[in-house]
Amino acid sequence: MIKKEIKTGIKVFIVMTILTGVIYPAVVTALAQFIFPKQASGSIIFKPDGTPAGSELIGQPFTGQGYFWSRPSPTPGFPYNPMASGGSNLGPTNQALLDRISIRVHTLIAAGITSPVPSDLVMGSGSGLDPDIGLQSALVQVMRIAQARHLPEAMVYGLVKKYTVGDSYIPLTVPRVNVLKLNLALDKLQ
Amino acid sequence: MHVNVTVDVVQIVVFLVILTLLAGPLGRYMARVYQGERTFLTPVIGAVERLFYRVCGIETEAEMDWKQYAASLLIFSAIGFAVTFLILMLQGYLPFNPGRFPGFSWALALNTAISFLTNTNWQAYSGESAASYFTQVFALMVHQFYSAAAGMSIAIALIRGIIRRKSGTIGNFWVDMTRGVLYILLPLSFLFALVLVSQGVIQNFSPYKQVRLLEPYSYENPKLDANGNQITGVQGKPAMETVTVTHQALPMGPVAAQEAIKELGTNGGGFFNANSAHPLENPTPLSNVLEILALLIISASLPITFGSMAGKKRQGWAIYAAMMAVFIIATGMMYWAEYTGNPLVQRLGVQGAYMEGKDVRFGLGGSVLFSVATTSTACGAVNNMHDSLTPLGGMVPLTLILLGEEVFGGVGSGLYTMLAFVIISVFISGLMIGRIPEYLGKKIEATEMWMSVIIVLTSGILVLIFTSIALITRAGVSAMGNPGPHGLTEVLYAFASTSNNNGSAFAGLNANTLFYNLTTSIAMIMGRFGPAIATLAMAGSLAKKKYVPPSPGTLPTDQLTFILWLVSVIIIVGALTFFPALSLGPIVEHMMMIGGR
Repeated sequence: MIKKEIKTGIKVFIVMTILTGVIYPAVVTALAQFIFPKQASGSIIFKPDGTPAGSELIGQPFTGQGYFWSRPSPTPGFPYNPMASGGSNLGPTNQALLDRISIRVHTLIAAGITSPVPSDLVMGSGSGLDPDIGLQSALVQVMRIAQARHLPEAMVYGLVKKYTVGDSYIPLTVPRVNVLKLNLALDKLQ
Repeated sequence: MHVNVTVDVVQIVVFLVILTLLAGPLGRYMARVYQGERTFLTPVIGAVERLFYRVCGIETEAEMDWKQYAASLLIFSAIGFAVTFLILMLQGYLPFNPGRFPGFSWALALNTAISFLTNTNWQAYSGESAASYFTQVFALMVHQFYSAAAGMSIAIALIRGIIRRKSGTIGNFWVDMTRGVLYILLPLSFLFALVLVSQGVIQNFSPYKQVRLLEPYSYENPKLDANGNQITGVQGKPAMETVTVTHQALPMGPVAAQEAIKELGTNGGGFFNANSAHPLENPTPLSNVLEILALLIISASLPITFGSMAGKKRQGWAIYAAMMAVFIIATGMMYWAEYTGNPLVQRLGVQGAYMEGKDVRFGLGGSVLFSVATTSTACGAVNNMHDSLTPLGGMVPLTLILLGEEVFGGVGSGLYTMLAFVIISVFISGLMIGRIPEYLGKKIEATEMWMSVIIVLTSGILVLIFTSIALITRAGVSAMGNPGPHGLTEVLYAFASTSNNNGSAFAGLNANTLFYNLTTSIAMIMGRFGPAIATLAMAGSLAKKKYVPPSPGTLPTDQLTFILWLVSVIIIVGALTFFPALSLGPIVEHMMMIGGR
């Protein structure tokens, strides 16, 4: 009885593994690559010269005065390291977290952003790879960018508005801006 | 970041209405599937199903008693465990490994194999830097189908126990498994995987892509000599060197296929370390809402399946209503806690939502709803880092897990745990009003009470014992990632999550140690198979009983009074077991936080 059940179990395991582990992923991959080739391969975006600039879904670190800054990223090695996704996992009363936020607030104020600063610009995301910042966090950086790039503020402001998504369709979320796309557009202006 | 409460509330309400509208049709469809009736997919899948039985030598008419059913479940699980354990150990020698990742350590392989076998998906490894495509597909993803189908089969066996009269058998395990995979999990996963790809979830077998950063990133690092020791420079300070990062490696893989079954089967084991917070697993607000829907939908539909199979629709909806009531209370509490935020941070001159550990595209509403859904079901995927939630905001997911995972719960396991609570509620109310306890025409006697108590209390006992052991050993305490009461919460959450087969974590805890790999393995295996076998035993006992027609003395179990009573029993049992532990962790931390520490 038990012997027969073990035999059945092994057979079921093998056949089911062929169905769910070979046929299912193979068919999904084939259809995904056929219908949505760009998305299935990582939503890579390109510079005007045709070289890949990164994935529109994966954030990058920016520190220059002429670029919009992303959210802080706690990934090990360097910020926005996709080989080690994850958040800081620091608890709300942990002094280490409060110190990090405090330093970041001072950096932003030194860069001309007035207090109070938007929360997403001083706190790290869950993925450590967040490609977006909230609209407010982009707007507070407009003046700095305009000065660094010698552009009229209205022009940079217009660019931010152009790249704002999330306030017009369902499911509704907060308005947000993709930092890499926005910075690529800035580079394209000049 | 700005919070729009109205938008969040509207979105959550619309979502719950859609979930409720879908639960009916899917629940009735699953009832037809498990009763072997014709469905709209039979013309396509029927032939595959018959071929499957023929190849595997399964006699569809051969019914099993509860012991045979349990034996088949254990045999199938043992085979799965052995295969997964071997794949993980031998990963370095197996194909589809473009990153050339080595095999897991034995303790991590043991832990991971048990974790995916038990529908827990606790992950002490980091997917993008430790698991090959072969491992992701054959060691992990296939188990997300099997463990989900097994959970559903057990629940269906219990339903048969309740509705059959004077019967020795409760169904055929192999047939239930086959139908669950072929008619329910595979078609839904297939559809959902493609929708996810349309949103930007990747699906390929390419090696990781290197891309040049738009702006190179430089940072200071201590200089090391040839032996890896720090070099001391002038004035005795460590010498520093500037490191410049010019490239970023974009991880690839068959993510969408796994993402689909990960949510639908309430598994929760992500392809990447950041799980559903990772933009390549959950790229848009729409994918976020769909993932929440997917991880709730089967568990939310199974009460309707129950009502449909029992021919008593109202009984199914009564259970659904009790689940939904707790779900709404939890969502409200967590949203309030996260909306109120952290005064320690606000004091630093920061404005807007408490965003540590949360991604912008989900907003506050999308983050809270995901957390409540993933911990009320036994899913355990996360789209924000629970370790960084406010103390009370983090207590809500923890409490939902501690309540025993029956507020929708895991696929199958949620329903059978809830039915155990129903039986306990019927029994207690029977004692209070002096009536013979019975449920749907079956007398509740000693066996049913024993088994229900085992189902309900196993996880609680495991959580408390293992947390106590961890707190008095160096190995347990030294893994904490945060100081003070928050560290205690991390440990409590780890054992709550593993004993209840949830799989999410307060991830600051360093769980890849011998101590945690072994203790959580025991918690997962006992927390899964203890209640599962008790459920089958109860199904066997109920099936044998004769039907007692309802009399004026029968307590109606489909009325509002009973639903409220059931909810109270769930909350009272949970509160009595865990209030002391919760006071020492999140509640103390909340006091510290509002008191300015």
